[in-house]
Amino acid sequence: MLEIKGLRASVGAKEILTGIDLTVPDGEIHAVMGPNGAGKSTLSYILSGRDGYEVTGGAVSFDGADLLVMAPEARAAAGIFLAFQYPIELPGVGNANFIRTAVNAVRRARGETEMDTVTFLKEARNAVKALAMPDDMLKRNVNVGFSGGEKKRNEILQMTLLKPKLALLDETDSGLDIDALRIVAGGVNAARGPKFSALVITHYQRLLDYITPDRVHVLAAGRIVRSGGPELAVELEQHGYGGLEAA
Amino acid sequence: MSGTAHATKFLDRVDVASLPGDQEARQSALATFFSTGWPDRKHEAWHYTDLNARMRSFADEALVTRTLRPEFPSVDIPRLVFVDGVWDKNLSSDSLNFLRTRGIPEQKAGSSPIVALNAAITLDGADLKISAGQNAGTILLVSVGSADGLAIAPRHRITLEKGSNLTVIEVIRGAGRYLHVPVTEIDVRDGGTLRHFRLQEESQDSVHVATILATIGESAAYETFTLGVGASLARSEFHVTLGGSGADVQINAAQLLTGTQHGDVTTIVAHDAPGCTSRQTVKSVIDGSARGVFQGRIEVARIAQKTDGYQMNQALLLSDSAEIDSKPELEIFADDVKCSHGAAIGALDPEQIFYLRSRGVSEQEARAILIRAFLHEALEPITDDVARPLFEAAIQSWRWGASG
Repeated sequence: MLEIKGLRASVGAKEILTGIDLTVPDGEIHAVMGPNGAGKSTLSYILSGRDGYEVTGGAVSFDGADLLVMAPEARAAAGIFLAFQYPIELPGVGNANFIRTAVNAVRRARGETEMDTVTFLKEARNAVKALAMPDDMLKRNVNVGFSGGEKKRNEILQMTLLKPKLALLDETDSGLDIDALRIVAGGVNAARGPKFSALVITHYQRLLDYITPDRVHVLAAGRIVRSGGPELAVELEQHGYGGLEAA
Repeated sequence: MSGTAHATKFLDRVDVASLPGDQEARQSALATFFSTGWPDRKHEAWHYTDLNARMRSFADEALVTRTLRPEFPSVDIPRLVFVDGVWDKNLSSDSLNFLRTRGIPEQKAGSSPIVALNAAITLDGADLKISAGQNAGTILLVSVGSADGLAIAPRHRITLEKGSNLTVIEVIRGAGRYLHVPVTEIDVRDGGTLRHFRLQEESQDSVHVATILATIGESAAYETFTLGVGASLARSEFHVTLGGSGADVQINAAQLLTGTQHGDVTTIVAHDAPGCTSRQTVKSVIDGSARGVFQGRIEVARIAQKTDGYQMNQALLLSDSAEIDSKPELEIFADDVKCSHGAAIGALDPEQIFYLRSRGVSEQEARAILIRAFLHEALEPITDDVARPLFEAAIQSWRWGASG
């Protein structure tokens, strides 16, 4: 379970998050919606441990542990996965090797035995097929020469194989056509279960047509201004963010 | 102390007069060497590599020989082994037919003081001649340095007659504080192809200055790759003359430097005939307060129209005190040519490191993965089944993260 209490954070002199309270229980999918500049990506980066953000107040715990003191790799081992809004290219690093290295690093950190290449490749190929990705996706260099949609699918492929407890999907829907959106949503829905939760960060409602959230939160000017059920997303789509901020 | 004074002291123990071969040529080469001594920053070609400063600590070195049991790559190809610059019959394969240079250099000493030094004191070397049209396969040429205070100066000669092929894999290893100044004369005649792979894993206390003097004939090709991980100071200097139309040379190198290591790759490619191509890519990974140098000179003669020359210097600096010096030089006298050079120097990308860490990979492993990825590109053109794994193993066992 993820518990965020009064989280405040700055980049340089600018305060981006102004006091976020948010709880995501195990097994639930929550959406965080909001206009550009509301602090959505900052929230996902702080949760995954990226440098460059200063937490100025509040606390974040994950399964009872203080998340903010953990190194990024320790958070991954604890079960947190960030699907990047802009996935990073790694020239010279093969995709299969990259994902297998990650899977085994996480397994080692959890005290599990490493996965052998044959078992891994079998799982990976199945996941590639389920995500309707081209066969050579595992052989290519990580995200190099990938289309925007392929990069996003590659994030979901990693999520599928890393089996996180909490996935942070940062604008995973941006740049996807409707077929890709369906496939990506299918990947997330396949992971759904009592041990999987997700924070779906998005500007638009359309991803939520395919991934039905348990709760929807509206982030504006660095804090949650409203929370509700899935119907809140529909309301936002109809009336926009302007009305809400005024309310 | 001046470069000459150091050199006198260090070379005092070498009795040139007692060496075999043409005494006059040796004495003349020795005089050429002593006219400069160890080159330092005052010599333009050595501006970034102060050999004199490194040799200072060698001046008083006592001569100590040790018995080494050299380890060889376990590959099933014929091998020639030179210990301290002299052919070792017992360690070499019986099957190989070759001559020995026995200390008689063919090439003139030229202007390089180090080539002159080699000519003055060389004792031995392999003289490989491949007859016309022959596909001579692959030969392993192993060099082992095993003595403190010794100057090791093999003179090798590789001649490929018309249309012949050969692959030479040089593995250079050792233990101790020695100076290794090998000179390799290469003559690839019309239509021949020489592949020359060099793995320099010298003793970390040694100084390695290798000179390759190559002439490439019409439609002939010389393809060479050097991986340097050893030596306190290492310099690989290539002088390649493209002497027949359609000749092709590829000089690629990678160096992994850490601590206070100094690694220098210097190339002089002379396009002396029309329609020749030259390709050079040098990649350096530099950690600690190590320093890398790439000097690349392309000379295009008036006759050498349709020249296609390219050189690229890429360096990854892993620490704040790591340094790379890059000096491209183009000297073009023909008007219809395509010549370009580039340099890309940087640190590891923090975004890439974070991406890997966010997937559970430790910071140290993330750095190692990205450095290997950088080097991977250098190894990509190497398709040779024997050479490729040797290089990969050397990169794999490099002292990753020896200094943060």
